[in-house]
Amino acid sequence: MKVTDKEVSYVADLANLDLTEEERGRMLRDLNSILEYVERLGELDTGNVAPMAQVSDRYGVDESRQGSGRFAYAIREDVKDGLRKSLPHDVALHNAPDTDGTFFKVPKVIER
Amino acid sequence: MAAKTIDDIRGAIAERQTTATAAAGDFYSRIKKEDPEIGAFLTLCEERALAQAGRIDTMAAEGKDLPPLAGVPVAIKDVMVTNGVRTTAGSKMLDNFIPPYDCTAVARLEAAGAVILGKLNCDEFAMGSSTENSAYHVVHNPRDKSRVPGGSSGGSAAAVAADMAVATLGSDTGGSIRQPASFCGVVGLKPTYGRVSRYGLIAFASSLDHIGPFANTVKDAALILRTIAGRDPMDSTSTEIPVPDYVAELEKPVKGLRVGVAKEYFGAGLDPEVRAVVEAAIQKLAELGCEVVSVSLPHTEYAIPTYYIVATAEASSNLARFDGVRYGFRAKANTLSEMYRQTRDSGFGVEVKRRIMLGTYALSAGYYDAYYLKAQKVRTLLTRDFHEAFKKVDVIATPTCPTPAFKLGEKIDDPLAMYLADIYTVTANLAGIPGISIPCGENHEKLPIGLQLFAGHFDEGTLLRVAYAYEQGRP
Repeated sequence: MKVTDKEVSYVADLANLDLTEEERGRMLRDLNSILEYVERLGELDTGNVAPMAQVSDRYGVDESRQGSGRFAYAIREDVKDGLRKSLPHDVALHNAPDTDGTFFKVPKVIER
Repeated sequence: MAAKTIDDIRGAIAERQTTATAAAGDFYSRIKKEDPEIGAFLTLCEERALAQAGRIDTMAAEGKDLPPLAGVPVAIKDVMVTNGVRTTAGSKMLDNFIPPYDCTAVARLEAAGAVILGKLNCDEFAMGSSTENSAYHVVHNPRDKSRVPGGSSGGSAAAVAADMAVATLGSDTGGSIRQPASFCGVVGLKPTYGRVSRYGLIAFASSLDHIGPFANTVKDAALILRTIAGRDPMDSTSTEIPVPDYVAELEKPVKGLRVGVAKEYFGAGLDPEVRAVVEAAIQKLAELGCEVVSVSLPHTEYAIPTYYIVATAEASSNLARFDGVRYGFRAKANTLSEMYRQTRDSGFGVEVKRRIMLGTYALSAGYYDAYYLKAQKVRTLLTRDFHEAFKKVDVIATPTCPTPAFKLGEKIDDPLAMYLADIYTVTANLAGIPGISIPCGENHEKLPIGLQLFAGHFDEGTLLRVAYAYEQGRP
């Protein structure tokens, strides 16, 4: 067993999940089964291998430049309005579960 | 019987044999008759469809040149946002979400004249291989209704297979276009990473997510790709590499092209009937003048464990946005912290929570190097395998899936068994290369089997050309 009960609770906490007692048990079983399968990556010597950081690293980039300059194609002028106008206020709030008409409303943040 | 190809429909409208409005009406009738037993659609948008069809009919009546997809009825996987049309991602979290903008790929289809009929069922947030993780209902495979359509784009594959749309869009993060295309007996194409904008695609794993078409024919897949491909300033991962005319590429000869076959895709776990059918398809490519060459992709067996670390790590980050504040579901609670937790506990289904947990674990302090960093290094090795292979060959031919469609319920309680359904497809996502699945035969139960082809980065032209030659020469 790689993952313990305690770690399931810790990770659920990091992920902002509560999980029921039953879900925790199942999660413990499933995570251990999947991680056991993942263990086989340890068979490979990756001491001299760089991690893949960009899927399109070799495509469309300017190889003669360094750093972010290589991705010049992805850079645009810094225009005030952005690439498109911001959503109107009412449209941006339209899907919100609760608003006061100006702001998103949420339950109280500070517990006393 | 509904017309099956883009040219059939567009031609009939251009020649005034029918109208786009009548064609849309025919497809809606068919959906209302067939879909209760299949379950491919989550939402229909008849108002939007008929408004678009009306515009096409006005153009046709005025004798104007019609755009390339004029009046073609299409449908969209419900992970792509549609302005004013409910978009759920197959999740209760977004049950009431009405997006305020269109996904670029959807907007480009509509700008080319396509008529969007509705939104298609899928695994919740595209996480699954059978569409059984939809929070709404399962999808039945039109070829055998006791079986899954594959996933996660199961609705997109089933809609084309059941003639409820001429073409559809799906998304593919680990095989979610090609695997259901194989299971339902249609064509499914995942383009190169960076070929098609993902603006407006609800993100699952951003370094692996792709948008691509389902269709009845390779030519239709090429037509859709030509429409949706190309740089979009709203997605910085979309490249400026010019988009060739993929339809013109189809007719070029395949004689002398080199087709790679890798033993790693024909090992243990491959169903013997699938093996025989795929080997016969490769033989057919040889008869068409291709040279069949052995290649080695030695790290293939590490693809699934690599994928399930990288994909879940990215998912745990992408899905952090679902917190009940700005849109979507919110659980009632007394404090903000309780609200976040209860919203996510009730809004997400079991597979989504499992992946968030696995991804959060893999990124957590003390485990990052062992899991996430290790997986990204192995990903470099898997990508190098392909770079080496494509020095020797133009395309690589494999089975799309190790088995034909499995039964509904068969794997739902065993996540690892479900993950292994993607064993031949995830490699293309990890490396970012294009892949296509085309029907290449059936097993003894008449279940479709798919031939998968891979090509080098941005070489969809050659990929489609070989697929088209096979399709035209198929027995």
